[in-house]
Amino acid sequence: MATAVTTFDEAAAASRSSRARRGRPGAGRVLAWTALVLIVLVTLFPFYWMLRTAFSNGAYLATQPSNLLPVEPTLGAFERVLGLASTEEAQAQAGSGASVNIGRYLLNSVVVATLITAGQVFFGALAAYAFSRLRWPGRDAVFFVFLTALMVPPIFTQLPNFLLMRDLGILNTYAAIVLPFFFMTPFAVFFLRQFFLGIPHEVEEAARLDGAGAVRRFFTVILPMASGPLVTLTILQYIQAWGEYFWPLLVASDPDVRVLTVGLGVFRAQTPQGSPDWAGLMAATLLAALPIIVLFAIFSRKVVNSIGFSGIK
Amino acid sequence: MALTSRAARTRSSIRPSLQVHGYRPDSNGTRRERLTALAFILPALLGFSVFYFWPTLRGFYYSFTDFDVFNRPTWVGLDNYAALLDDPTFWNAMKVTVQYVVINIGTQTVLALLLAVLLHRLTRSVLVRSVIVLPYLISNVVVALVFYWMLDAQIGITNQFLGWIGLDAIPFFGSQDWAIPTIALVNTWRHLGYTALLIFAGLLMIPDHVYEAGRVDGASEWKMFWRITLPLLRPILALVLVITVVGSFQAFDTVAVTTAGGPADATKVIQYYIFDLAFQRYQFGYASAVSVVLFLILASVAFVQLRLMRANESDVA
Repeated sequence: MATAVTTFDEAAAASRSSRARRGRPGAGRVLAWTALVLIVLVTLFPFYWMLRTAFSNGAYLATQPSNLLPVEPTLGAFERVLGLASTEEAQAQAGSGASVNIGRYLLNSVVVATLITAGQVFFGALAAYAFSRLRWPGRDAVFFVFLTALMVPPIFTQLPNFLLMRDLGILNTYAAIVLPFFFMTPFAVFFLRQFFLGIPHEVEEAARLDGAGAVRRFFTVILPMASGPLVTLTILQYIQAWGEYFWPLLVASDPDVRVLTVGLGVFRAQTPQGSPDWAGLMAATLLAALPIIVLFAIFSRKVVNSIGFSGIK
Repeated sequence: MALTSRAARTRSSIRPSLQVHGYRPDSNGTRRERLTALAFILPALLGFSVFYFWPTLRGFYYSFTDFDVFNRPTWVGLDNYAALLDDPTFWNAMKVTVQYVVINIGTQTVLALLLAVLLHRLTRSVLVRSVIVLPYLISNVVVALVFYWMLDAQIGITNQFLGWIGLDAIPFFGSQDWAIPTIALVNTWRHLGYTALLIFAGLLMIPDHVYEAGRVDGASEWKMFWRITLPLLRPILALVLVITVVGSFQAFDTVAVTTAGGPADATKVIQYYIFDLAFQRYQFGYASAVSVVLFLILASVAFVQLRLMRANESDVA
């Protein structure tokens, strides 16, 4: 994988230099730039509209639907969805008297996504180590069987898994949301195995000669060397867990354990004054998207490059 | 599940490279090493057995039973599958799903190809690539809600815009004719950048001298796209198509939070129908039979992928 990343960057550098040679502005180039800018604008506009609506006063949205700026700007929508506004205040801005507790859902999402990610990355790394750097009979056969799990559409296993959770009596608990994803995801095992395979044998051999056992080599040699891919994997899995909707909808609809995606679905179904509380809804979606946007802003280079090679290499 | 299932499927189709350091195919290791290995894979093995393997077997079993979730399942043989053939809602779900997949994949692939070529020709900026992939990182539910608001029939900004240019308002989610194209295009918006980046990575693998040669021969950009880029990209396009088609067949989230299958089943895609059967009508056995059909469709897509990729291997430079 490390080599794959290098290839990617080298390829990028190579075509950059050649492009500089041929770069001459013409009508085609202007057209191409226009198209690219247009796509970027279409990509960004919904995010702006989320912001614009979230900072608007819900009571006036219908009167100025085409105003491109926030209508009667206020923080009311945020106060409302975080349960900080009184019923009267909420209703005055087209909200509902019933409390929506996005703060609680945020907390649930953080707990669930953190647990899932931690389990997947750690157990995935353990398994990837056994599949790449330890020798045992049937290793590649077992790995192949693991990969076949990718072929099964999630809904196929999720119906029986729902019954399992029900029979264990843990519906509407964090455990029910986390467990099926916690111990393994084929993707994590595959992703890390590719990287571990590329670590030179000599590195580990030196530690082995010093008398380090497999566990110690894993923690002191392999994991530190793989810190880059581990971070990338952690971010990818966190984003994934954060956005999961179908499974939590099945097993955790109770308000106490409701995650953000499920909570937003419930919120959208409420139409307090004839239509949804749009400003509140957009404030809530903004709060749901914000952690991911921040995470991505910090690690965008890693994530973007991982999409490059992971799809092809 | 979209991110992992889609992304993971990509990675799964990669041939494991065995000739690397640390691997000796003829060696089975010492007894101690075997025990260590077992300990290392134990958690993942547990997760695989309990949450992937066992439920898969159970899913097949339930598809042959009558099961209302509360009482014990009773074996009914092929009855569920026979019922499928005469179930208009099932055939409607198939039709709606195929419509969705065709619109979603058609627009998404053409636009992503265009965007990838634009990126390849114009800029290597990580910022631009980050911006275009951003929608893919935001959850389906959030994306669905933002568009549900923007496309509102009365006060949505899209219809305001249509009004400015003199067109009538469109009930995007409320009309039977518009609902599926609308949901398909919302997901095109979400997946466009990600798909473009996959294709972009493929473009970077086409050696530059091929284009230099084309230019020396006086070929235009347009001609080079059709004669060089597209043929050399074919294997990667096949791969990208399979990832996206398989994901597209499993659309659920957007439908669930916007139309809930309506109006009049116009957006009841196959995955939503399964959900509806199992959790709103408690026909678990029948729902399992429908998901077996979905499973078989996706397996065929993957099979076609393998054939296509093999057929195209000779194309890779």
